[in-house]
Amino acid sequence: METRGKAWKFGYHVNTDDIIAAKYLNTTDEKELSSHCMETFNADFHKKVMKGDMIVAGENFGCGSSREHAPLSIKGCGISAVIAKSFARIFLRNSINIGLPVIELKEAENIKQGDVLEIDFENGTVLNVTGGRKYSFKRYPEFLQEIIQSGGLMKWVAQKKATK
Amino acid sequence: MTLSQQIISIHSGKKSVTAGEFVESSVDLVLANDITAPLAIEEFLKSGSKKVFDPRRIVLVPDHFTPCKDIRSAEMVKVLRDFSARFGVRFYELGKVGIEHALLPEEGLTRPCDLIVGADSHTCTYGAVGAFSTGMGSTDIASAMITGKVWMKVPSAIRFNYHGKRNRYVGGKDLILYTIGKTGVDGASYMSMEFCGEVISNLPMDDRFTICNMAIEAGAKNGIIGADDITENYMRTVAPEAVSCNLEAAGDSDYWKVVDIDVSGIEPQVAAPHLPSNSGDARKYSGVRIDQAVIGSCTNGRISDLRRAASILNGQTVHPGVRCIVIPATPRIYRQAVKEGLIEVFMSAGCIISPPTCGPCLGGHMGVLAKGETAIATTNRNFIGRMGHVESYVYLSGPEVAAASAVRGRICHPEEIS
Repeated sequence: METRGKAWKFGYHVNTDDIIAAKYLNTTDEKELSSHCMETFNADFHKKVMKGDMIVAGENFGCGSSREHAPLSIKGCGISAVIAKSFARIFLRNSINIGLPVIELKEAENIKQGDVLEIDFENGTVLNVTGGRKYSFKRYPEFLQEIIQSGGLMKWVAQKKATK
Repeated sequence: MTLSQQIISIHSGKKSVTAGEFVESSVDLVLANDITAPLAIEEFLKSGSKKVFDPRRIVLVPDHFTPCKDIRSAEMVKVLRDFSARFGVRFYELGKVGIEHALLPEEGLTRPCDLIVGADSHTCTYGAVGAFSTGMGSTDIASAMITGKVWMKVPSAIRFNYHGKRNRYVGGKDLILYTIGKTGVDGASYMSMEFCGEVISNLPMDDRFTICNMAIEAGAKNGIIGADDITENYMRTVAPEAVSCNLEAAGDSDYWKVVDIDVSGIEPQVAAPHLPSNSGDARKYSGVRIDQAVIGSCTNGRISDLRRAASILNGQTVHPGVRCIVIPATPRIYRQAVKEGLIEVFMSAGCIISPPTCGPCLGGHMGVLAKGETAIATTNRNFIGRMGHVESYVYLSGPEVAAASAVRGRICHPEEIS
């Protein structure tokens, strides 16, 4: 699978309150949640992003509250992947569970706002088309690949049940 | 093995586990609240499952936006109520419901050596009773409700060894804010924080809950304090039928790192916006004017927290420029506070008492901040906009500092009042 889009840059320790504030958590609707995504930093973020764009951030992306509404709101904006130097663990689990691609890339800070990126998931590379650089990222351990390839945790559980 | 690894190995049917290994573990308790359960229930129903793995081991606690702040919150709680009626899982109705991480231990549902997962990041609180307890998301919880199992990567651990004599007014909150100040908000990422040493051995349960509660603010998977005599005494009062569990003592070599902390130099702490790791001596922030003080939450809403706040507020008056909101974490704590005359102390001082709720901690309701306002709070997060407007400010502290600051109208060390 390959995907192409523009980079939207954010800093480090971006927490899930930043991604979606608690006052909007009285719904589970992905589209509605997405309309407040990243509002703390960038009003109307959901209107500015194009389908396929990527979020690029520093260390510890998604720290704080366990709200799955955070990756859901990102997915709802049409974001195709989140690239960060590192992820907080609950956000990482949630993203894998709901099928939002998350890529740990130590060179994330070299990517600039607006750079056009191409991600090749098969080969584990991020090509910065604008900057003319190509980066490799480490693929997830086999166990997580299994969940990702099943299409998320619930499908993985269903498949396991079916094969028993 | 670390204490956390021993509990994981018991629940994974393995003699031993090593850090980094993926395991599937059985769970003793599964928790979700009014924000996270609706998503989990949606996933559960979508899967077509006809039953949960064990209704007695699933708990739904509507505590975040309750008493329901608006129609949509009421609809969400109804999802929990209906699910409980259909599948027989535990559900706490208003009148019985309290803040989940104060309520479940009080109900005797969290026990030493248990493996507990909850769709709430502060699920790590139950490490205080010697359980392995960690926060996850809604889909994880949906899957756990069906299978009674979760997948996990076995964590390595940092051991925090506290020694020395605690200064006056220094409690669990000050120890953990100081610790997070040292480690940083991702200093324990993916790891266990195991708390021990002579200071912890003598620390009452309520302080232990506060410490384990904030392990997530250092990025940790869980926080844990090995069960000892204090834990056993506590368990006898909340769950007399609970059987004790014995883990092997872990050696320093089982840990990724051992951190020694001499507490004798630690003063009451305050963490400035916008990270819990921005902590320092409360005196450093004296002079910061406040509009609101919040005393409560899953971190500091227990009876001894209220006693501490009342010991400062007794005979004092809340500053005219400050709203002081006191939130007993559960109905049982509320009632105890009434019995002990603490509520009288608070109300005489000019505080308002809220029903048990997470409410203002996450900017939900019951004390949201306006643009430009500042609060001191005994809660756990001071992120941008956490308690209201994006341009509002939250300082974190223990109950004595919050109470003293409410009286002065600015942040201050409790010594200024007494």
